[in-house]
Amino acid sequence: MPQGFTRVQVAAIAALAHLELDSSELDLFARQLGSILAHADAVQQVDTTGVPPTASVIARHASERIDQRHTSLEIAETLANTPDSDRTQMEGGFFKVPRVIG
Amino acid sequence: MTGPSPIDAIRTAIRSGARSAGEVCREALSRVAAENPHLNAFNTVAAERAMERADAIDRDPERWRDAPLAGVPVAIKDNLCTAGLRTTASSRMLESYVPPYDATVVARLEAAGAVVIGKTNCDEFAMGSSSENSAFGPVRNPWALDRIPGGTSGGSAAAVAARLAPLALGSDTGGSIRQPAALCGVVGLKPTYGRVSRYGLIAHASSLDQVGPMTLTVRDAAIALRVMAGSDTADATSAPEPVPDYPAALTGDIRGARVGVPRRLLDHGVDAEVSLAIAAAFDALTARGATLVDVDLPHARYAIPVYYLVSTAEASSNLARYDGVRYGFRATPPPGDRNADLHGMYARTRALGFGAEVKRRIMLGTYVLSAGYYDAYYLKAQQVRTLILRDYDEAFRGADAVDVIAMPTSPTPAFRIGERMEDPLQMYLADVFTVSASLAGLPAVSVPCGFTTGRLPIGLQFTGRRFDESTLLRIADAYERDTEWSSQVPPATPR
Repeated sequence: MPQGFTRVQVAAIAALAHLELDSSELDLFARQLGSILAHADAVQQVDTTGVPPTASVIARHASERIDQRHTSLEIAETLANTPDSDRTQMEGGFFKVPRVIG
Repeated sequence: MTGPSPIDAIRTAIRSGARSAGEVCREALSRVAAENPHLNAFNTVAAERAMERADAIDRDPERWRDAPLAGVPVAIKDNLCTAGLRTTASSRMLESYVPPYDATVVARLEAAGAVVIGKTNCDEFAMGSSSENSAFGPVRNPWALDRIPGGTSGGSAAAVAARLAPLALGSDTGGSIRQPAALCGVVGLKPTYGRVSRYGLIAHASSLDQVGPMTLTVRDAAIALRVMAGSDTADATSAPEPVPDYPAALTGDIRGARVGVPRRLLDHGVDAEVSLAIAAAFDALTARGATLVDVDLPHARYAIPVYYLVSTAEASSNLARYDGVRYGFRATPPPGDRNADLHGMYARTRALGFGAEVKRRIMLGTYVLSAGYYDAYYLKAQQVRTLILRDYDEAFRGADAVDVIAMPTSPTPAFRIGERMEDPLQMYLADVFTVSASLAGLPAVSVPCGFTTGRLPIGLQFTGRRFDESTLLRIADAYERDTEWSSQVPPATPR
């Protein structure tokens, strides 16, 4: 297990997480993630042979709800919080993003 | 606490005509205006909206006569959606976000007549243990303004402690209701996972998050839980179990109740004054007829690492939605910037929109879920989570079964603002007694059980059987009846 992270490793994780980090954050997180994971390594001492993982404590899911139609949010309500200040999208009913192709 | 509980007192006064909902609301708002500059407990105060609601209740007394919370001011943690009222999760990312819908718990409280007076400050996206990780500045503890109120529901705890509202909602992922309740000297209840709908709660770690009430008395928590609890078609993890009459369960009779004490867990790391207060509380429980039973939770000492592996993994996934596209903050790269494409916009938006703790957890969660490390960290943590769950099952269902398990809520009283901000691991260790009930999905409540010599509140935590909040609250209420801790008012904040 890595007890310390290099800046390159931290940058690789940040890329997976869609996070832009500055130089001081790369150093800080390299140090802090290393020390947090060193503490978390305590779980490695536990014998978990044959123990199933717990992803949820829910014993019964409400899987048998009645399949009814409900109203959903209006398009205008949905778009009301859009971060793009250009309101032309309200007319088209879409979210605007920076150019993806070309 | 002597006299009626605060919610009962308000209800009686309004029902009898001694006070109007408008008067009660105006008084709460004026206390918020006086105290909030010192406490920073509220991100948003909804004065106009609250007065409109209160006046509407006054205009139609017959309709609201039997509504359990009619005219009761309530503060809502700022990670619960309120239609038309800004909801920020104390993050720059959602600084201007106005939800188009209500969280189910908010809708249920309002249907019961509660008057929302504002949205309370908290750690950003409910990540932290001190309410310092807020884009809007730290919350201050009403008992000592240079100290943290606990977190993440620190604004809710401070609001109740400072008598700004008799009821506040918090959310608890690893102790975020119970620990601030303990450090501010109020009652904080984390219900069983699934007891209360999570619809409209801004997700942190979905297998752990639960909404609950923060109040001055156990009775008020029981009144609120009865309104909040129950299944909800909008949350597939909400449970179909019927909702009992929680206030009616508070009989004061705990003769024969079996209270488990995990002594080995309490051997080290607990502040001496906290230990003394807990020992005195155990004596009070025994004097009321309860029996103390030693229980062993052998895997509880792994709860902190398990919690931080599981919760960060879930958080990294949940927070992927904040990408600057559909709602929230969007960073605009300068023209000609090489990051001006879509992916650059995502990364810059998240860099500027999230604070340091949120980034740290997203990074940790991304790492433990990544190829090559998933089995060693995430899967392993989920397996140890199973063992923690089995420990509790054994304590609650084994040959020597107990009704509740009691221990301190927090190993220390409130620490100073800034004291642990440079060392995230030290901050995480504040949750040592609260995270295991979260991992096991069990209900747990913190009740005030004393003060340090420096007048800082201390909390006693009871953990109960799944969906047995009635027994949990009955024992907590019986303890509270023998003490005066809940009646103590924080020193007047400077004006």
